[in-house]
Formats: sequence, C-alpha cells, structure tokens
Amino acid sequence: MAIPHPVPFGPLARRAAFATPDAGRGAAPAEDPYRSSVTLTVNGTPHRLTLDNRTTLLDALREHLHLTGSKKGCDHGQCGACTCTVNGTRINTCLSLAVMHDGDRIETIEGLGSAQALSPMQQAFVARDGFQCGYCTPGQIQSACAVLEEIRANIPSHVTADLTAPVQITEAEIRERMSGNLCRCGAYANILAAIRDVAEAQA
Amino acid sequence: MMDFDQPAGDSRIDLSRILGQPATRIDGPLKVSGAARYAYEQHDVLEGQKVGYPVLATIARGRITAMRTTAAAAMPGVIGIVTAPEVGKMPKPFAFNVAPLFGGDEVVHYHQAIAVVVADSFEEARAAAARVEVDYAGETGGFDLHGLWPERREDARDPVARVGDFEAAFAAAPVRLDHDYSTPAHSHAMMEPHATLAHWQDGRLTVWTSNQMVEWARTGLASTFGLSEDQVRVISPYVGGGFGTKLVLRADAILAAQAARRLGCPVKVALPRPAVMNNTSHRAATLQRIRIGAEADGRITAIAHTALSNTLPGGRGENAVDQSRWFYAGAHRLFVHHLGEMHLPESNAMRAPGEAPGLMALEIAMDEMAEKLRMDPVAFRIRNDTQVSPEDPDKPFSDRHFSECLTRGAEAFGWSDRPLRPGSRRDGDWMLGWGVAGAYRGGPAMTSGARLRLQPSGRLLVETSMTDIGTGSYTILAQTAAEVLGLPLEAVEVRLGDSDLPASAGSGGQWGAASATAGVYAAGLALRTEIARRLGVNDADTLVFEAGTVRGSDGARSLADLAAEGEIVAEDAIRFGDFRKRQIVATFGAHFVELGVHALTGEIRLRRMLAVCDAGRILNPVTARSQVIGGMVMGVGAALMEEAAIDTGRGFFPAHDLAGYEVPVHADIPVQEVIFLDTADASATPLKAKGVGELGLCGVAAAIANALYNATGVRVRDYPLTLEHYLDELPA
Repeated sequence: MAIPHPVPFGPLARRAAFATPDAGRGAAPAEDPYRSSVTLTVNGTPHRLTLDNRTTLLDALREHLHLTGSKKGCDHGQCGACTCTVNGTRINTCLSLAVMHDGDRIETIEGLGSAQALSPMQQAFVARDGFQCGYCTPGQIQSACAVLEEIRANIPSHVTADLTAPVQITEAEIRERMSGNLCRCGAYANILAAIRDVAEAQA
Repeated sequence: MMDFDQPAGDSRIDLSRILGQPATRIDGPLKVSGAARYAYEQHDVLEGQKVGYPVLATIARGRITAMRTTAAAAMPGVIGIVTAPEVGKMPKPFAFNVAPLFGGDEVVHYHQAIAVVVADSFEEARAAAARVEVDYAGETGGFDLHGLWPERREDARDPVARVGDFEAAFAAAPVRLDHDYSTPAHSHAMMEPHATLAHWQDGRLTVWTSNQMVEWARTGLASTFGLSEDQVRVISPYVGGGFGTKLVLRADAILAAQAARRLGCPVKVALPRPAVMNNTSHRAATLQRIRIGAEADGRITAIAHTALSNTLPGGRGENAVDQSRWFYAGAHRLFVHHLGEMHLPESNAMRAPGEAPGLMALEIAMDEMAEKLRMDPVAFRIRNDTQVSPEDPDKPFSDRHFSECLTRGAEAFGWSDRPLRPGSRRDGDWMLGWGVAGAYRGGPAMTSGARLRLQPSGRLLVETSMTDIGTGSYTILAQTAAEVLGLPLEAVEVRLGDSDLPASAGSGGQWGAASATAGVYAAGLALRTEIARRLGVNDADTLVFEAGTVRGSDGARSLADLAAEGEIVAEDAIRFGDFRKRQIVATFGAHFVELGVHALTGEIRLRRMLAVCDAGRILNPVTARSQVIGGMVMGVGAALMEEAAIDTGRGFFPAHDLAGYEVPVHADIPVQEVIFLDTADASATPLKAKGVGELGLCGVAAAIANALYNATGVRVRDYPLTLEHYLDELPA
C-alpha cells in the first residue's frame, strides 16, 4: 500500500515559486516566460541553471546536472525512488519544481558517498544486501538516513504510541517511516537490518 | 561447446571454497552510490540525445481514422513526430510478443503506442504529445473473463493432460472437494519503467535498454528493422527490475529506434509510469476449479484442475494448472487450460508464470482437503509426495525433497503448537492464524556462453551478455570464475548486458543463475586448458589451480606472472542435453505464515514468515536469500492487496500507477526467515544448481489465505483477501 512520505515537519513553502527570468541565458531571455534561472547548491556546489519552469527538481538533477543517482520510478510521488534532502528535509524531488528551490541546499546520493568511499548507511546496505535491482536504492538510503534524524529529532509517526515520551528507534518506527519508499524486489527485511545496524553503531 | 549430457560427477566445484559461500554483491558499491547507470541515464555515451514521449491509444479496440499533429509539431522544442499510421503495419518483433508494439492504424489494446513526439527536452515532448489529436473508429470487444467461466469450468474436451478415469475415481472417492478460486490480473510494477536510448550510425542500430534478454532483444530489433543481427547492438548492464515484463522488447525500444532513424538523432524514451500497466504486459487473471478425491487415509485418488485466463488472440494466457500435474500423486488425473480471448492489454509472463496463480488456488484446496480428512495439512502433503512423475512412473524427479521442506519448516516454525481449531487463538483484539503451503517451480536451463580473460595485470575478466536484474548475476558469475581458476573473488571483474559479448541464457523463468554459471564454468575449464597450453602441459586436469597459482609436476607459477607474458583468453558455452528431459528437474519449497486479524476491523497483519527451499546447490546464500524474501514479499502483495482491476466497459486497467495498483511497503512485511536445504541436483547443471528466484513467490499467498482461515474460520477463495470477502463473516 503506497503511502506518501510523512513530511509533517518544517515548512515546505518555498520562497521562490516563480523566479524572475535570468537575463544571462542567451537571446531575449527576459521575454521567455517559460524559463527561469535558479541556483541550486547540490552536494555543496552551487549550480546556476536556466530551466524550463516545468522541470522538476528530479529532472534538474538527472537531466541537467547528470546526477542520475536519484531515480525516476513514477514521477508522481508514489514510489520514493527520487528522495533527496532539501535543506535537511527529505522530499520526493519529482513532486517539486526546480524553480521552487532557488538558493536551497540539496543533498543527493552522490553527495552521501562514492563507490570508493561509502558512507556508513551505504556500507550497511551492501553488508545486509538491502537491495537487488538497485533502482529504489538511492531513495531508500536517503530516507533511511533521514528517518534516523527524524526519530532523534523526536518527531512522532503514525505508530508512535506515547506522544509524551521521547520517540525510540524501533523496528515499527523504521518500517512506518520507510513506507514511502517502495522496493518491488522486496528487500525490506534487509533494509531494516541495515538501518538498525547504523542506528546501533551511532547510539 | 560443452555438452551437459549426463549427471555431474564429483568435482572440485564441490569444495565450494568461494562458490556457495556468502558474498556481498560486487556491484553493490555502484548501486548504493548512484553510480550504476541504467538505460535512461547514458548521458556520456552520445552527444545530442533527444527525448521522445509516447502518445497512447485511448480506446481498447478499433482503428485510427485520423491523427492531427500540426499543432503538436509547432510546439516549442519539437523536432519531429512519428506516428503509427505513417510507419505502417509492422511484424511482431519476437515470437514471445503478443500485441503489436508500434505501427499501422489498428488498435488492439488500450494504451497501445500510436505516436512518439521527439523534442529537445522531456517537458517539451510531454507537452506536445498532449496536443496530438486522434480520431478513432472504435469496436466493441470482450473484456469480462467471468462471462466465459460458467461454460468453460465444465469443458474438458481439450485437456492438457488426462490420466486414468478421473470422473469415475472422483465419484467413488469417500472424501471430495470441488471449489472455484480466482486470482486477479497482476502487474510486474518493477521500479524502473521500461526505457531505451537508440542510436543509428552507418545503418547499424545501438540501443541502451532495460531488458532481461539481450539476445531476444537483438533478434526482435533486427526483425523489426530488417537488419541482420550483427547490425544490432543491445546494451543492458543494469536493469531496474523486470519480473518478466522486460523479457521481450516493449514499445519504448521500438519508439526510440523508429524515431532515431527517421529524425537522424539519438532518441531516448522512458515509458511514463501511468503507461506501464496498459501499454506493456501483465499477469493474466485466472478463474480456476479444483476437484480432489481422496481415501480416508489421505491418499489422493483423483485430482482435476481447470483454469481459464485472459489473453489477446494468439497469446498463451496464464497456464495455472501445469504445476498440479507434477506436484502431488494420485492415479486419476485431469488438467484443462482454457484461453479466454479478450481485448485487454497483453497478458504475458510474470514471475513464476502459471505456478504463482496456480498454487494460490491449489494450496488452498490442499488445506481444505486436509481439514475434510482431519489431517495436519503438513502430513496430508507428505502423504501425497512423489519421487516420480504422477503421469509416468518411469520418469523420476532428478532430486526432490519436498517432504523434507515441510518437516524442516514445521520444526523450525514450531508447527506442532499451531492453533488446531480455526478462530481459537487470540492476542488481545487480534485473532491469530497459522498457515502452510507447498511450493513448486521447474528448474529449467538454457544454453549460455562466456569469455574469460586472464589479463596481464593478473585480474580475471568475465564477459557474457547475461543480465543482472537484481538477481545477483554479477556476483555469482565472479564467484564461479574465481572458484574454477583458484583466484580470490577480488581478482575477478564481470562485464554483462552487451550483445557484443558471448551469448547467454539471459534472465527469466528462474533459469538465469543456473545456466549462466554453467556457461562461465565451461569457459573457466577452457581457460584452464589455455593456461596449460602456455605452460606446455597437455592435460589441464593434471594442474591444480589454487590461491592465485597454477601448480603442476614442474612446480607452481602465479597466474599473474603467466598472464604478464600476454593475456590468456578462452570462450565456451554450455548446452543442456536431452537426458535432462527424461527426468523432471524442479525446485520445491514450503511456506509457513503467522498472522493476526483484528477482531473488530478485520485488518490483516502478518507476524512472521518462513520459507524452506530445495533448489540444489545454493550459489550464494546472500543473494539467493534475497531472491526468496523478495518473492515472499510479492506473495504478500498477491495475497493481500495486488489487483489490476478491469474496467469491463472500456477494456483497460484503470489502476495504472503505484498508488492505484498497491504493492507491499515496509510496514506490511514482518520477520522473514529462509532455510535452504543442503541439496545438490547432479542433473541440473555441472554446478548442481537450480534457480530460486521464482520459487520464493510460489505458494506464499495460499499460506496467507490458509492462515486467514485458521485465524477466523472464514475460507476465502478469491484474491486479494480484502475485507469485502470476509468482514461480515468474522466471529462475533
């Protein structure tokens, strides 16, 4: 059952839903109402892009910056394969237009760790075989890191029994909070094991 | 070519120093870091890639009478539009395709591809595609399988198999069951939608595509475009799941290749998610009738399985009865498979085609029979286990340990503590139920080749067109090569998914792992012969390959030293002989499930799952276990939620995305355990291995249905097991 990401935290409102067209993008850009300039800071590096207003944040990453680690599984916010963090909060980047993110800090899987220098969560996914085809995997890993942060920030979920006590890292909390990331290969049990390993190592 | 024409004897492979040991995926670091490049992500291979977006038919059946593309063509960024009528009627690319993919004015199913709009960007192509206007002359069609069932369930005129006198034996049996069961259409719903980048140069076509079967894709493209096979190259190094829908070419590949040829630029096309369900393929819906007659001691004397499934004219449907021919004993037998010709989208292979829905029904029926007989359902299945074909006592199973799967599973699960009476165990508001089901799936193997290169650096390169669709091919092929050449796993690299490499079996029907490792084994032996030749030794079998060295009567040399004089290359393939067909090579399993049903709401929550598998030598317990737990997850979906409901008025699947077609999520999946029996099937392959990728799915849904019955006393025979089937019958 596909459940959208729980994103009850932090204002999603963006300050630049309709950015001013950039004068620097070539012939008569100011008259082109269909394109906008936007600066995205991706994995710490600022990128100035002039984009079709309809370009999603996901396609800005994949098609313009060639950061194809973030995947397009549905383009409708149903599968979670495109999950990245924006200003520290995970979102479905396919559901957000790039022009809404002028000045935002975006972290993609490529920023988390390279094949030669994997982060602890990436290592845990390999060690626990938390993937098969690999297509949902970057999104799962992005969500996995965010889930641990959200629990530590004491943000409750649907399965949090006691709202007056600190939220604990339990299997039920992890399963619930990961349920916006589909894995058709069915690696859920292994993903859970990987997240638990990282949580325990960080404890 | 190595002929596998008799059972494998003992060999050094049996040592399993590397093969058979747990190893994490060698492609893992690339996948978890986002560095593995899938078909739509090939930015660096070509300049000037353009984007194609499909236009899809909005009728289920009929003819295109007009297409107006002028407004679309004038949209910003549009480079060109290729329409089906202008392409003209095209042959099906491959025998395994059922529906035409692109070309001509005839529409045979909803969301058939009828045009592709190519633009500089995805956004521009999508916007312009929405402006293409189409007029149709629609025709009515058949969309409702249920309407055919009352007649077909009685019809045994053209059986798949008939042994003895079923009707008489069934009438004479003291204990009888006769029930109907249904399974809905299912969607593969792999995470990566079908996608292709196509490029023409000097009359040659290259595609980067997401496909399970590189050879079949090449053949299909060659026949579609009138090319010889050596004019087509298919590259598919990473496949974001397939489960059968990427066995053959789909419209993305044809649209991209047609557009690239006609517009003179590289074109990439990804099917939008809402197109996948109706444009590509699905598992057919089935309606099934099972009759079982048994003696009071539990011996089955008569068994009949009749099924009906939907298919476009010319297709094969979903043969849900085939496993019932081989699974349980019984002298008098009748099996009938009816094709219900419908004008729905193409039904075609999905993971464990036939067995998956067939066992969803058969394994409920076995549970019902056990209850009628007042037998433990584990004991009832063991009572009817067989070591020979139930149709031919002279045809043995090559290696069958089904009863052991059941007994090992029962012991590990604590089955003796199960609730004996339905509805008898509670945990607060939750009614607890336990269920068991058997699993059966064939163990096919296909010709598969590979080339091994011992490079001057001392590293070993494995090259084959085999694909890794999440199955672990990269890793088990590296393990196989390392085992045969006595090298550490870290010294082996694997290149896959390229039709320029030696032809392989590809990934499907759970034949991939068994076949492709056998092919690498053959190439490994050929490489040992080449190494012997370089050493001036006549018989490679006198050499010992161990720890990176080759040792003979003249002493030991490191393989790296030897290869430093020049790369040593060998290529070979495995071919499976007819002796295999004189036996039944198959895989077996047992699934155990515990669940809770909420007494007030009827909500089902799984509590634990166990699978016990008998699939010959397990090549890598890490990746094999992942295949099995993944199959179990898909089985949970089939049991509890997956249903490609049909709009029988308009003839399409309206729930055509990942919100409408529900698949299991993290929160649905409990603790899962997998036990592999320590078996080795010498008739399967030289490595004595069989597949597990489909076995893990077989029987799971029935175990859940049986557990629902055990929890509540309500027997549901229609999937998915949603509330409307049982809520009003729950105990007060």
